[in-house]
Amino acid sequence: MRSVLTVFRKELKDHFSSKKFLILLALIYIAGLASTYVALSNIHDVASALDRHVFLRLYTTGGDVLPSFISFISFFIPIIGIIFGFDAINSERTSGNLSRLMSQPIYRDTVINGKFLAGVTTLSIIIASIAFIIAGVGLTSIGVPPTSEEILRIFFFVFICVFYGGFWMGLSILFSVVMEKTAASILTAIAIWIFFMFFLPIIANAIANGVAPLENATTAVQIQNYSIEQSLLRISPSTLFTETIAILLIPTGGHFMLQPVLESDIANMIANPLSLGQSLIQVWPQLVVIIALAIICFALSYVVFMRQEIRST
Amino acid sequence: MNNIIVAENLTKIYDQTTTAVDHLNLTIEEGEIFGLLGPNGAGKSTIILMLLGLTEPTEGKISVAGFNSTREPLKVKSVTGYLPEKVGFYEDMTAYANLFYTAELNRIPYREIPDRIDKALSLVNLSPNKRQKVKTFSKGMKQRLGIADVLIKEPKLVIFDEPTEGLDPKVANQILNTILDLNRENGITFVLSSHQLNMVQKVCARVGIMSHGKLVGEGPIDELGRDIFGGGKYRIEIELARVPDELIAKIKSLPGIISVGVDGSRLSVVCNEDLREDISRTIAKEAIIMTGMDIKQDALEEIYLRYFKEEE
Repeated sequence: MRSVLTVFRKELKDHFSSKKFLILLALIYIAGLASTYVALSNIHDVASALDRHVFLRLYTTGGDVLPSFISFISFFIPIIGIIFGFDAINSERTSGNLSRLMSQPIYRDTVINGKFLAGVTTLSIIIASIAFIIAGVGLTSIGVPPTSEEILRIFFFVFICVFYGGFWMGLSILFSVVMEKTAASILTAIAIWIFFMFFLPIIANAIANGVAPLENATTAVQIQNYSIEQSLLRISPSTLFTETIAILLIPTGGHFMLQPVLESDIANMIANPLSLGQSLIQVWPQLVVIIALAIICFALSYVVFMRQEIRST
Repeated sequence: MNNIIVAENLTKIYDQTTTAVDHLNLTIEEGEIFGLLGPNGAGKSTIILMLLGLTEPTEGKISVAGFNSTREPLKVKSVTGYLPEKVGFYEDMTAYANLFYTAELNRIPYREIPDRIDKALSLVNLSPNKRQKVKTFSKGMKQRLGIADVLIKEPKLVIFDEPTEGLDPKVANQILNTILDLNRENGITFVLSSHQLNMVQKVCARVGIMSHGKLVGEGPIDELGRDIFGGGKYRIEIELARVPDELIAKIKSLPGIISVGVDGSRLSVVCNEDLREDISRTIAKEAIIMTGMDIKQDALEEIYLRYFKEEE
């Protein structure tokens, strides 16, 4: 255990003193504060006097020019995860440090565990700090204190972000174990991210339109089209993540994105927020899959690394 | 003398087809400098990996200081220092910080760490560079820092993979002298794995020659040489314009000559002393033109070439 802590401490120190950490932190803070500014200027229009979750709107309100904080963060988390994981093992290997480390009296998994822990900790610090900074800025600007339920929702949000980032980190660590060159591992991880982020929606849309064309379609076909597209999109962890945080942070109406709902139905509904428990039940499947994916990715890299032979050349 | 490394019937087969190490038996005594020699791919690195418990033997076993490498790798690794061929450090950290990390991983009490680092650095003459980042180090300095790195854990055994690879002769000699000093003063056993014979020959009391996963020759260098040269310590090779039989008989009758071989116009004389003077005088008396003369001590190179010639 002491040696895991040793590796953890060293890696954490490396992360904190690295340029990539400073750049990412600055980027996230700028994006977070910019989106808070946008949210603050638009919050009057979107929040009604009856709204019980005004505080959460700080995170979910976007403007014409800039998107909301949750859109920013769902874009940045994979990047952070990939950047803190892509060179975990292969850079140690190419620099000749790995065989030196392995000749110390430590178990082999100590290295990968310590590195993963340090990466996840760094990620948690980045996300939690910006989430709380926004809370602080919001609190002084709008003057509405968060309810305890809102605070819990924000904690859950940070928690899910960490697991989602952990998934991307696990994936890029896996590539860093399998691939010899850091350039190869980062490109592969980014390629997968780009596929999920940009190409899967196009593909899902095309397939849905092919199976159930929308031209002159009946309501049933429209619903079918939407269902097909949604289920294809859910292959992507980023869809699952977007759904989860939207439902958690938009208690009123956020869950409509889970299944096709007709506009006429929405108009007739009373805008009643879901309780935290109900929101969690809604996102439970997504949440479990995100956590499972993170664990699977890490476990895979663990197993592959344990079976690899560490040669100095 | 205790045996520090004992390998019995050690075998490693990759993918069920490639035999990297083939039923190897080897014992290395405490306090000696052993040279593990062989061309690339002979199985030297695989032996080291099995020794450190980084890969499992397919058959047989290997132990270090009484600990089974496969079952108790941590105990083995806490008494064994390993210097890989391409030793690397965290370039952005100082020499001190790098060694501190190693010390922490070795669970050395924090109180003792600074002293141990100072001691190790002064042994390799790097004390002035303690606070310098490793990226400013030359290759020889990194190699010396590597030695300091293995000394931190106060090992009984140090395995050194290609100790002089890529170093200029002066630096290589420094490294070898450091090895000799450490062996004499601290009683550390060294295993030097190399394909550079001339270097290793200077420090190794005993060598093992590997080929295709087998130990084809093992023992002190002069004994190995004697086997090859047919009992003598030197071999003198002479190129002559012609080789009359009576000359061969005359050389054979010189005192101290063990054997004389003829290969066309080349004579190959094996003897226990440097008899070049006597031989050339004999040849001159016969009025034969000598075009070349070369003396070979029982050089490792010779041993090495011989073993690999036999291989082919």
